[in-house]
Amino acid sequence: MRIEEHPILSFERGRKVHFYFNGKKLYGYENESIAAALVANGITQLSKSLKYNRPRGFFCGIGKCASCRMRVNGVPNVRICIENVREGLEVETQEPLAELPSREFDDKGIDTLECDVLVIGGGPAGLCASLEAAKSDADVIVVDENFKLGGQLLKQTHKFFGSKHEMAGKRGIDIAKELEKEIIENNRIRVFLKSSVFGYYESDHGHLFGMAQRLDDMSEKVYKVKCKSAVIASGASENFLVFPNNDLPGVYGAGGVQTLVNVYGVLPGKKVLMVGSGNVGLIVSYQLLQAGMEVKAVVEALPKIGGYFVHAAKLRRFGVPIYVSHTVKEVYGEDKVEGATIVEIDKNWREIPGTEKRIDCDVVCLAVGLSPSVRVVSLTGADIRYIPEAGGYVAIHDDCMETTKRGIFVAGDLSGIEEASIAMLEGKLAGLYSAKRAGKDVNEDKADEYRKRLEELRAGPFGERGRIAKEKIRRLWKECH
Amino acid sequence: MSLKDYERTGTITVDEIKMPSEEHLKRGVAIIECVQEIPCNPCVDACPFGAISMEKLNATPKIDYDKCKGCGKCVSVCPGLAIFVVRIRGENGFVTLPYEMLPIPEKGEVVDVLNREGKVIGEGEITNVRVENRTGVITVRVDKNLIMEVRNICPKR
Ligand SMILES: Cc1cc2nc3c(=O)[nH]c(=O)nc-3n(C[C@H](O)[C@H](O)[C@H](O)COP(=O)(O)OP(=O)(O)OC[C@H]3O[C@@H](n4cnc5c(N)ncnc54)[C@H](O)[C@@H]3O)c2cc1C
Ligand code: SF4
Ligand code: SF4
Ligand code: FES
Repeated sequence: MRIEEHPILSFERGRKVHFYFNGKKLYGYENESIAAALVANGITQLSKSLKYNRPRGFFCGIGKCASCRMRVNGVPNVRICIENVREGLEVETQEPLAELPSREFDDKGIDTLECDVLVIGGGPAGLCASLEAAKSDADVIVVDENFKLGGQLLKQTHKFFGSKHEMAGKRGIDIAKELEKEIIENNRIRVFLKSSVFGYYESDHGHLFGMAQRLDDMSEKVYKVKCKSAVIASGASENFLVFPNNDLPGVYGAGGVQTLVNVYGVLPGKKVLMVGSGNVGLIVSYQLLQAGMEVKAVVEALPKIGGYFVHAAKLRRFGVPIYVSHTVKEVYGEDKVEGATIVEIDKNWREIPGTEKRIDCDVVCLAVGLSPSVRVVSLTGADIRYIPEAGGYVAIHDDCMETTKRGIFVAGDLSGIEEASIAMLEGKLAGLYSAKRAGKDVNEDKADEYRKRLEELRAGPFGERGRIAKEKIRRLWKECH
Repeated sequence: MSLKDYERTGTITVDEIKMPSEEHLKRGVAIIECVQEIPCNPCVDACPFGAISMEKLNATPKIDYDKCKGCGKCVSVCPGLAIFVVRIRGENGFVTLPYEMLPIPEKGEVVDVLNREGKVIGEGEITNVRVENRTGVITVRVDKNLIMEVRNICPKR
């Protein structure tokens, strides 16, 4: 179902187009992802599990989980959540283990691109890094897998916290628009969308990355990208949770549903159970109310609400219950979610018998944390360590955001899960120092200002995890040197 | 560290709010329901009268009811939607609150009024509606004894 009226958003869906799903003619809009258009047409089962052939729906909506892979115009394994709908596309479900493409492609050869700084990821961290490097006279290439720039900002309809330097009080969606405009107007920056960085190779002159760009006919163009330094800002993926039937279509990542609802204006169902009361769980719940869905409950395993009180209060005012010391016991349903059972847990995380409650819902959202997407940075040989407070594996880096691999920088969620204001500041730092590594004169006074603001943002009780993570990372960095 | 009730419930009680005097209530003042140390301060910049202050970015906002004129500028700016303006005139109370849902009620419309837990505790008449930066700033007339309880509305449509 598509949302027609929304208190905050007006959806710019673009032209209405037709495409085929397993031979059946459906319609969508050209600014929609294929996955969103399918859900809007009531199709929630997208793939099957490898071993047991269990039905799978989409989960992340941002190209991270691979549960939406389909054959598009004969090409298998297309993540249809980051592929836009076009007139006449042929979309088909595939066997779990996909067969080779059913068509032949012309050899397009491999072209070489050169730049001072390559930025991988076009979220808040990557966009700020690109702008900062370009302001220091570096020639920049920024690439993103998705068909739009902005990363997670695109779905953040709420006003941001922080201070006015970080654009507090502005909505994430508006910040994304401003950054995009600045990027497009800056003639030192070249943007490659629908382009994935997949490899890293040794090179005598700086760094060499492999990049594949998806073209409109679903063929790919491969590039070698030579750069003097690189900022990797590939973001994070949502965590999963173990419980019976957790793979039923209808169990989604909270961020995945947020993408569907806020970016594409498509509703995955009517009644939601939210698992996790961190800021993501609370904010997404509120945004689902705004989109016209009913939020049945928020459950939280810890004895207290994880996110900000003000976000919780916004939900409570609409009568949404928040159950602390509760978890989801199971989800039930045939081919899709038809309900869930929640249960109270004691301080040793054991279920308390007799406290089960049935929740009548058709959507279950998991908001149980994010893990940094380290695949690309790990290819470079940068030292990667497991740091629980950072959300998982992260590349060790110094306070210029440079990893143990000289000239390779990280920023944003990839360098430790925090939030968008922090991602933007880290992006600026990485942009500045990557330009310096590329031989540009940079104004390091700005870096001191950025570090000061980062410190301020992390100063309170909610910044503690981030503080501990960064302290550990700095300590390990010193040990490495 | 012991848990505060609001950390479990997501609601605060009137006791946790610095109460304005009767004089202040007659003029109308902002009630700030933002009790945790979070990195946020747009409310401070929003107030044209310097009524809201904060020691540092992560401190809780402090309001000076003597300086506050009840103008409501801060209501739509606060990303936590945590600021309300209350006023008493005779037997009538007025609550100005942020509202980001559809439908946006119209002036003169009678709506249900809800407390911090979303329970309906009475009815009220909408006396003013403005939309700033896509946040509705809505004033509802209620029984004067309810101004510290009413924190949401629900159109009857
Ligand atoms: C529900 C929710 C609410 C939030 N609310 C707030 C808030 O109120 N305030 C706040 O400050 N923060 C908030 N955040 C956090 C904020 O969104 C993230 O911290 C921020 O977006 C991280 O930015 P990033 O640039 O590191 O990553 P992303 O925004 O995730 O961007 C990464 C980009 O990299 C691309 N990419 C990944 N791998 C490759 C590759 N191999 N090749 C090419 N491109 C690639 C991806 O497509 C993506 O676009 C929220 C997050 C969520 C999920
Ligand atoms: S109501 Fe007006 S005067 Fe009072 S704190 Fe808010 S902005 Fe300042
Ligand atoms: S703007 Fe709102 S959420 Fe932010 S500190 Fe002020 S009152 Fe709290
Ligand atoms: S990769 Fe498409 S839903 Fe996760």
